[in-house]
Amino acid sequence: MSAEQTLTVDRPPVEKPRWTHQRTIGVVLLCVWAALALAVLVFMVDAWDPAIFQRYLPRYLSGLWITVKLVVVSVLLGALLSIPIAYGRTSRNGIVSAIAYAYVYFFRGTPLLAQTFLVYYGLGSFRPELQAVGLWTFFREAWYCAVFAFTLNTAAYQAEILRGAIESVRRGQWEAAAALGLSKLQTIRKIIIPQAMIVALRPYGNEIILMIKGSAIVAIITIYDLMGETRRAYSQTFDFQTYIWAAVIYLAMVEVLRNLVDWIERRITRHLKR
Amino acid sequence: MERVLTLLSFGPEGWGDDIAAGVVVTVSLALATLPLGLVIGFLIALGKRSSDRYLRLAANIYTTLFRGLPELLTLFLVFYGVQIGLQRLLHLFDPTANIEVNAFVAGMVALGAVFSSYASEVFLAAFRAIPQGQYEGSIAVGLSSLQTMRLIILPQLVRLALPGLSNLWLILLKDTALVSVIGLADILRQSGIAARVTKEAFLFFGIACLIYLVLAMLSSIVLNAIERWTERSGVSR
Repeated sequence: MSAEQTLTVDRPPVEKPRWTHQRTIGVVLLCVWAALALAVLVFMVDAWDPAIFQRYLPRYLSGLWITVKLVVVSVLLGALLSIPIAYGRTSRNGIVSAIAYAYVYFFRGTPLLAQTFLVYYGLGSFRPELQAVGLWTFFREAWYCAVFAFTLNTAAYQAEILRGAIESVRRGQWEAAAALGLSKLQTIRKIIIPQAMIVALRPYGNEIILMIKGSAIVAIITIYDLMGETRRAYSQTFDFQTYIWAAVIYLAMVEVLRNLVDWIERRITRHLKR
Repeated sequence: MERVLTLLSFGPEGWGDDIAAGVVVTVSLALATLPLGLVIGFLIALGKRSSDRYLRLAANIYTTLFRGLPELLTLFLVFYGVQIGLQRLLHLFDPTANIEVNAFVAGMVALGAVFSSYASEVFLAAFRAIPQGQYEGSIAVGLSSLQTMRLIILPQLVRLALPGLSNLWLILLKDTALVSVIGLADILRQSGIAARVTKEAFLFFGIACLIYLVLAMLSSIVLNAIERWTERSGVSR
């Protein structure tokens, strides 16, 4: 084959983007989503009533505030409680680690709703005893019961996150810190925690999201959080858009948090990117 | 002690039989949701790894939606929303028609939607763990894309996705407690009724928690057995 012959050969035609089956399915599904969104929108516009909006907007905001307060308080208290539990889980003492394991297993193995009922209704069985030690005023309030149950629950999950994150730091880091003469507390604060937090960030973010979603169940024990206000609004108006508003608010909260975690993760792992 | 045993017995005096009926409802709801969630989750995962932009977008909307909503709210949206939607649709044809959504079906759909959106992420991660060479190899031996999926990818996918799916099953088992709110007679509702009638709330809700624990333990045993079974075919390292 001479050089001229090769030159005359045409280049293969540029492949046109083909309309594939996948694209058909994708477009159809997107149309379904769009139709659903449109149906919800039409429904909302159709059912729009400024009086209802005016009346329920402050209630939704107060419900939202209760939800945020519940999640923040129980996640923070749970974080405190998770430290001794995580310590117990890694303890070499058989009894201590067994107790910590049983605690974690119980709270991770049973539904949060059942735990909340156990605290709110169940502890009422011990009213005389609780009154004797002066704790009855605490457990009489649905709010404190919810905070108590949620704290115990999230502490179990957070203990496992903490344990996993600390164990993910190599032994050599501890040994090097000891060789440099750092005390145990200094090692934990300056060497272990910064490395463990990179591993723990995403699970912690997921746990907070789970708590936001889980907090909806306190509506059942008569707390007027976002879900509780929604249920009350629905029972008063029989207007389904009350639920749609709640859905939008919850979705927005979770999405904001998820993107925030992504952003923080990108920032604190900059030194690991090549 | 004797009173407790009477309360938990299976006779007319006891609540054992009612709670056992609740266990049946919980387990059958979870078992009925599982295949629904697995199939939809797998399809969503296929959509997410499609080369087509629109299909990926449609699949991602599904996950964002059902992962972001509280399970309880999803349940209410399905239970009331579908009811209202169907009612309106039906009234176009027959203004007198009345339709009621079964609580079991509503629970199945809502929990299935939540389960499948998480399962799709598990499947997606498992898909990513299968090396590209497996696809190339199966093309080289002349398998069609459906055969590749069935004979090459799926067997490996099951092994890779199983730990994540086991986790999701345990979460599903716990989430079934929510259907007690829309009136399905599961463990929690039955023990709640028993607690209200007998005024022994701690006993009955404690029993309910223990039953959930036992169910979780039994599932762990079964899931471990399945995991060992799938690992036989794994590469020995």
